[in-house]
Amino acid sequence: MSQYLEIFIDESKEHLQTINEQLLELEKSPDDLSIVNEIFRSAHTLKGMSATMGFEDLANLTHQMENVLDGIRNHKITVTPELLDVVFRAVDDLEAMVNSIASGGDGKRDVREVVQQLKQIEQGDVPTRKTEPPSTTPTLTQTYGEFEYNVLQHSKEQGFHTYEIHVKLRADCLLKAARVFMVFDALNQVGEVIKANPPVELLEEEKFDQEFVVTVVSKQSAEQLYAQVSKVSEVEEVTVTAIDVDKLRPSELTPPQLEVSQTEAAVTAAKEEQKEEKAEGQKEEKEQHKAVANKTIRVNIERLDILMNLFEELVIDRGRLEQISRELNHPELHETVERMSRISSDLQNIILNMRMVPVETVFNRFPRMVRQLARDLGKKINLEIIGAETELDRTVIDEIGDPLVHLLRNAIDHGIETPEVRRAKGKPEEGTVKLKAYHSGNHVFIEIEDDGAGINREKVLQKAINKGIISKQNAANLTDKQVYELIFASGFSTADKISDISGRGVGLDVVKSTIESLGGSVTIDSHEGVGSIFSIQLPLTLSIISVMLVEIQYEKYAIPLSSIIETAIIKKEDILHAHHQKVIDFRGKVVPLLFLKDVFEVPVVKEEEDFFSVVIVRKGEKMAGLVVDSFIGQQEVVLKSLGNYLTSVFAISGATILGDGQVALIIDCNALIK
Amino acid sequence: MANQETELKVIVFQLKDEEYAIPVQQVRSIEKVQHITRVPRTPKFVKGVINLRGVVTPIIDLRERFGIEALPFNEQTRIIIVALGEMEVGLIVDAANDVLDLPIKSIEPPPEVIEAVEADYINGVAKVGKRLLILLNLEKVLEKETIALV
Repeated sequence: MSQYLEIFIDESKEHLQTINEQLLELEKSPDDLSIVNEIFRSAHTLKGMSATMGFEDLANLTHQMENVLDGIRNHKITVTPELLDVVFRAVDDLEAMVNSIASGGDGKRDVREVVQQLKQIEQGDVPTRKTEPPSTTPTLTQTYGEFEYNVLQHSKEQGFHTYEIHVKLRADCLLKAARVFMVFDALNQVGEVIKANPPVELLEEEKFDQEFVVTVVSKQSAEQLYAQVSKVSEVEEVTVTAIDVDKLRPSELTPPQLEVSQTEAAVTAAKEEQKEEKAEGQKEEKEQHKAVANKTIRVNIERLDILMNLFEELVIDRGRLEQISRELNHPELHETVERMSRISSDLQNIILNMRMVPVETVFNRFPRMVRQLARDLGKKINLEIIGAETELDRTVIDEIGDPLVHLLRNAIDHGIETPEVRRAKGKPEEGTVKLKAYHSGNHVFIEIEDDGAGINREKVLQKAINKGIISKQNAANLTDKQVYELIFASGFSTADKISDISGRGVGLDVVKSTIESLGGSVTIDSHEGVGSIFSIQLPLTLSIISVMLVEIQYEKYAIPLSSIIETAIIKKEDILHAHHQKVIDFRGKVVPLLFLKDVFEVPVVKEEEDFFSVVIVRKGEKMAGLVVDSFIGQQEVVLKSLGNYLTSVFAISGATILGDGQVALIIDCNALIK
Repeated sequence: MANQETELKVIVFQLKDEEYAIPVQQVRSIEKVQHITRVPRTPKFVKGVINLRGVVTPIIDLRERFGIEALPFNEQTRIIIVALGEMEVGLIVDAANDVLDLPIKSIEPPPEVIEAVEADYINGVAKVGKRLLILLNLEKVLEKETIALV
């Protein structure tokens, strides 16, 4: 059973993702029937699978959705954003159910409301935006599993009555969980709570609206229970209904109403399976549901870290072996070491790649979010995602989601104008938000670009002065970039209208600090009236990097290849002077020279030669030539920190251990170029 | 096993003419002098870093830290690797002499004037027979502000 369940969950998730993506496509081109067909196929497969596995709610809802899709396919129903809203809600429910199954739950969920809406659509009653979901009538009713049914039967035999109690809390109730607890407490004094809907866990986490239903067995009368519950304050409405246990049927045993004959057989099969399962484990319902693992193996990231550390040790020894084999010049040893090096570099790639995840996993959820936001705000927004396949280290991926959500919300809420404003400005009504990820050197860049209003320098300055973030005197001297940086200061919000979309200015400073804690940075560029770009730079957090080893006198240093443009050997007389600074003419550009032996105060033992070895490095668009004594060569090294004692050493970003066991320092080119 | 209530196990080392002591819990290992990679733009007493079984460990010269004239390394010179919280640092000393159980009673507060080493760096002194041991205050010795000053 469980092996099918795993496949079921994996495939369901895939299908739901497809449905999500295709629905967004459908919204863009509502007349494209091939898209509808695509969604229909996924929905149909999902329905078949869930019916086979015995997840009725899932099958039911999918079935209803399928009917609507069928209507669209046969030109009976036209696609409107409102209609899609309902379908999206249905997909949300489906997702929640699949997730519940994946985490060991029973995949049950109250979907009547959505089903009802879907049915209305099917009957040609397309909802308009204003129709509120029919939440006034209590729609919550209990369904009972076999286990609960047995308990109820038992209680009845012992003279207990069974009641279903609807409790509605007041809309302004602040601590809903506390009230729930008090209701439960009150009920437990006179009877026993058998079941709650939503489940108790959700009630405790306040994951419910104003109402919930509990099933209680008690020897007391309905009136007494009513009085008991009504005592709890902030309870608006209580309805106690007596239940005849004999008329109840465990919900699992009621045949689902599926018309499609093909799945009918499957359902019976599934029921059989379930019965078997029940027979094995009658004891506890919970025991039947073990958390289901994914098809892929999940490995704790700590284990990967340990693997990485061990591999680092191996890399150091590999370097040492290579050196010994060169010194000994023994052909067989040489060959073996070479083979080992090749294998270990393959191994290295695999280990590094294991930790890499495409940013797609984070970007995936954005189209839906943007769509929802745009609709809530009455804006038209087109989200373009570029470079979703760009890979980043797992730990970075885990952390980057929230800051990105925040920046996107910011772009949509504060950046993109409303369609009217845009039209007035002569822009297309639909605003564009570009989310772009790409590799560059040892970094990954993620950019969020909008063609909205841009940042108003004066407005930001005024606000910053008002909030006491900067003084008036300083304000005038700031560059545009520095002004934009101000919006990352804490307690800053420029929106005239505070909305709950991008919060109350508590966010952007958190975004900045989160990104910085990942070793990255965030910059803003903006043109008023044209749009803004938020650019996030993130390290790949590779602990093994490629470096160029150089020698300065008798000391060895490593320069990361990612900063190196090229190396050159220049004659002494080619050095020019400009403002007391030695420079060279490098391919038509004037590049300043930095003599590392001076920068690093290297004890001078050797005499100066007529030729200089220069490593041309860059930081952004700026370049510099680092003068060294000789190049040793390119090598893969393990990045190590200098420890907690020597923090912030100038222009040194870390150290590495060379093949001969000695430590070489890694030069931080960014610190050298100003 | 020494009685922790009444005795303190210490590593005793030599620096010029004085004998110093560090509680054994703070000592990770004692190493012979090996190749030290100089780290530029650090205080003079920071000799650099070594590869201590795969961990890059900073090394400071206690003589220079205390302003005692430097001495070329010899056969007796040792690096005592000490740990303070998350920090691991190697201390270069003239020689590692002994491991002793010091009776707590024998430890006295630092005298007003102590030759060569500032009283700040001292937790106390202990008399063991004819030997006078100076108990080092590692927190002070490894204080980070002193690096930042340079």
